Amino acid sequence: MNASLHLWMIPLLPFAGFLLNGILGRRLPKWLVTTVALAAPLAAFGVVLNAAAGFFGFGPATASLPYIETCPFPWIDAGILHVNFSFVLDQLSLVMLLVVTGVGFLIHVYSVGYMGDEEGYARYFSYLNLFLFFMTVLVLAGNALVMFVGWEGVGLASYLLIGFYFNKKSAADAGKKAFIVNRIGDFGFLIGMFLLLANFGTLTFSEIAAKLGMDPGWNGGVVTVIALCLMLGAAGKSAQLPLYIWLPDAMEGPTPVSALIHAATMVTAGVYMVARTHVLFDHSPFALGVVAVVGAATALFAATIALVQTDIKRVLAYSTISQLGYMFLACGVAAYSAAIFHLVTHAFFKALLFLAAGAVIHAIGGEQDLRKMGGLWKKLPLTFAMTTAGVLAIGGFFPFAGFFSKDAILYAAFLQGPGGKALWFVGLVTALLTSFYMFRLWYLAFLSKPRSETEHPHATPWTMQGPLLILALLSIGGGWIGMERFGNFLTPAVGARAAEGGNAQLELILSIVAVAVALAGWFVADLMYRQKPARAEELAAAYPGGYRVLANKYYVDEIYGAVVVKPLLGISRYFLEWVVDIGLIGGIAWLLAGIANLSGAILQRWQSGNLRSYAAWLAAGAAALLVFLLVPWDAVLSSLPAIHLGMAGH
Amino acid sequence: MNSFLAQEVPLSWYLLLSAALFALGVVGFLIKRNLITVFMSIELMLNAVNLSFVTFAHQWHAVKGQIFVFFVMMVAAAEAAVGLAIIIAVFRARATLAVDRIDLMKL
Repeated sequence: MNASLHLWMIPLLPFAGFLLNGILGRRLPKWLVTTVALAAPLAAFGVVLNAAAGFFGFGPATASLPYIETCPFPWIDAGILHVNFSFVLDQLSLVMLLVVTGVGFLIHVYSVGYMGDEEGYARYFSYLNLFLFFMTVLVLAGNALVMFVGWEGVGLASYLLIGFYFNKKSAADAGKKAFIVNRIGDFGFLIGMFLLLANFGTLTFSEIAAKLGMDPGWNGGVVTVIALCLMLGAAGKSAQLPLYIWLPDAMEGPTPVSALIHAATMVTAGVYMVARTHVLFDHSPFALGVVAVVGAATALFAATIALVQTDIKRVLAYSTISQLGYMFLACGVAAYSAAIFHLVTHAFFKALLFLAAGAVIHAIGGEQDLRKMGGLWKKLPLTFAMTTAGVLAIGGFFPFAGFFSKDAILYAAFLQGPGGKALWFVGLVTALLTSFYMFRLWYLAFLSKPRSETEHPHATPWTMQGPLLILALLSIGGGWIGMERFGNFLTPAVGARAAEGGNAQLELILSIVAVAVALAGWFVADLMYRQKPARAEELAAAYPGGYRVLANKYYVDEIYGAVVVKPLLGISRYFLEWVVDIGLIGGIAWLLAGIANLSGAILQRWQSGNLRSYAAWLAAGAAALLVFLLVPWDAVLSSLPAIHLGMAGH
Repeated sequence: MNSFLAQEVPLSWYLLLSAALFALGVVGFLIKRNLITVFMSIELMLNAVNLSFVTFAHQWHAVKGQIFVFFVMMVAAAEAAVGLAIIIAVFRARATLAVDRIDLMKL
């Protein structure tokens, strides 16, 4: 018998924080707002730790996985649709919860320092708590509909936080863009759910898995369609091709938000969803192939754009897209545990990099352009050290966290036949590019000659340094959990596909190749940005076409603008507005108004104001009524045809 | 002679009288211009209806109709008081009682 783990508290604690700060925050003193905002995620993290302790052998082993907690009364009970509000805790959601609440709490602490003298302090923290509420609902969801609630909710929180500086038009537009692009993905998720309901009659993950396991006939066909629909949803949320365009713009939000939502947690929801519904993908090799190819393509595509970006946060944003591509690549070769492993390490080092970038931006007064930074290592030594750890981790250098997870993905891809070798190669090239652009950022921001007169930099408060330090330690040491141990832990939740032809020697060789490639990236960056800083410009001048394409991000925004946005706007303006709204709907309204006007104009003549004419109409009406009631109409009517027929007879 | 007096007046006579009084009231209401005459015409219609009430009450040996008539007469008395007060107020305000001239409600 399982003791209750009180999973419901995990989302509800941040929700309480949201309500308190959201409703009363403006009237509360600042220290109280801070306390509430930090206490909520910390308490949630505590509940998660309490749940985790049992499974890891600390304290009494109170429960076994998966542990399911269902709301005692049905949520939706209509026709064939029976949905309960159920939470499920298994190895997968446990790992995810630890990341979400743990990293989430660290970023809350960091925000106290970063947002300290901003307008709307309480509003910011209420949104952040709201995000944690929805994110934990998403992670804990035991069926697709509960997950969808969290899914839409984190989209809302993301929208609110991207547009946090709503006075700035670019920020408000970026929020809208994120929301609208995500709707396309959500559409796929919804269609997938409808198909699940139509074909399986349930939305509960465990029941779907059981039905798929019972009947080996479920292969391809409808399962592929469902998996592809879910993949579309995941591509929207996790910024994969072709729906990645919202994520770079999302950098308009405050930097801790970029770290929490647009790097560490929310954007990984798509990866989590694919892992959660992995049974569907396992039954459809085609869908898996699509996931792998989309992931690999996104990884490479975003990495090339990141090479030439000059905004420090945009470099990191494209790097996030690229790393998410890695995770999808891992999902596509059915190495779900490797994907989740990379998700975890990525959450550490990318949150670290974003927070370090935030510390830099905070210190030099809001400047985000890499070309105007430089020489910051002397002014911000601690931040420099942290960033170095992050850069080495994302670059995949031994023994930093990124090495282990990236290695696991590349190894899993390499073992998947000839197609897998191609994916592995793309992954390797991406690793080279990743290492290059991260070191480019490192050199430009910290090591090159100072290019602008930064007066004394702002001090970085301890609330910002503390989380940086912890995340740096996790980025350095987090990988030592080891893929094997991590994989074994996750196997009951996501399954494991036996990899053929793998051995320790091959793995070692591949690791050495990967590290060599990362070193090469470092070397090239060193060559271009330290030894001869002019070389970068020379290279750009030598290939102006290529440089322009990359700097303009392959003109994807422009292409979407021409192909999708402009026609839609045209249809809205010329067809929907003029024909439908003004013509059809307005026409009907004007017609009705015209009829009322006309009949009024006629009938108002009765309202003469002459009392005696009213009385005359009254009397005439009464007389008519009397005639109607007193004349024996039946007799009159029956006599009429008789006369008529009589005449016709002659 | 005696037998003639002993005969009951037929129902229809009363009803015809009532209808005639009512019609007189309606016509008076419609053609008279003096507000007081119009008011009296209304009273005439009211009492014509009262007459038919009493007639039917007698016919059906039901006392309800008679009681109703008392109510109507009482209300009519009250209404006459209010009506006359309004007429005096109108006369004071407009210095006329011609119905056609009292047309503030006209569009």
